[in-house]
Amino acid sequence: MNGSALFIAVFLACLVEAVEALTIILAAGTARDWRSAITGLVAALLSLALIVAVLGPAVSVIPLSGLRLFVGALLLIFGLQWLRKAILRASGNKALHDEAAAYQAALIAAQQAGTRRRGIVADWYAFTLAFKGVLLEGLEVVFIALTFGSNQHNIGLAALAAIAAVLVVTVAGCAVRAPLSRVPENSMKFVVGVMLTAFGMYWGAEGAGAHWPGSDAALLVLIPAVALYALALVAVFRRHDKPVVGDTAAARREGLS
Amino acid sequence: MIAKIRAFGAFWYDFIIGDDWRVAAGVGVALATTYGLSRTTEVPVWWIVVAGVAILLPVSIRRVTRRKT
Repeated sequence: MNGSALFIAVFLACLVEAVEALTIILAAGTARDWRSAITGLVAALLSLALIVAVLGPAVSVIPLSGLRLFVGALLLIFGLQWLRKAILRASGNKALHDEAAAYQAALIAAQQAGTRRRGIVADWYAFTLAFKGVLLEGLEVVFIALTFGSNQHNIGLAALAAIAAVLVVTVAGCAVRAPLSRVPENSMKFVVGVMLTAFGMYWGAEGAGAHWPGSDAALLVLIPAVALYALALVAVFRRHDKPVVGDTAAARREGLS
Repeated sequence: MIAKIRAFGAFWYDFIIGDDWRVAAGVGVALATTYGLSRTTEVPVWWIVVAGVAILLPVSIRRVTRRKT
């Protein structure tokens, strides 16, 4: 159960972030300069690898109870942020994330910016746009993969899930050559929010000295309970007047409306 | 230099704490209470974090929806 839950949570979180990063790279490459955008992508991936190389061993030397308390607290805060936004989107209080619209916005901004050369980078704007986009989206994935992996003593599986998601998005992006707007991002964010919150509750409380009834089996109750509670909150907070702009088509597509 | 330090701090604050600091504070209080009670009593304390999440999530969402109406 824990191994597959670890894989699903990291894979979905990574998939969502990779789709968003792909949109930014496509905008930077299409509107500006592909070579600079790809240089930015590679620089960001190297920075993320460095962060993993430094944080990975550091996290693994922390005693388990302290690690679970620290990681559980952070996962819970993270999970509640994801879940809160997912509930606001699903209930029509926040516009659903639309990859096609995000791509258009980034494209227009990139087309309007001036060109500046710096060292080996021909277009500094394209480089920084791709670098920042990948680093920021990737940082969240690194955090989720490291915390889940270290807690389960299975950083390898977490890394495998993250790499699998990046490969899926890369292959799909190369095939489609457009933002992956058909990926049900909002639903996936909902699932990731549920899993981060449930695992955060479990590890955080355990790290703080609590003993869950049924031990690990408590997660089998916690995950569906958090999901049901979140769905109930969607129903309670659903806007009946007019959902926030730009969400109807996507909401129907994702079965959230 | 100070602006850069401030921007660095703002980035991490936004990354970890997010839009609503009350949620992070609430999680901290729930875990601290769990820790305190688990050290001093024999009473089961697993439910404190569950109750904390059950309260924090709708309260935080309510703050956003109330602002919009």
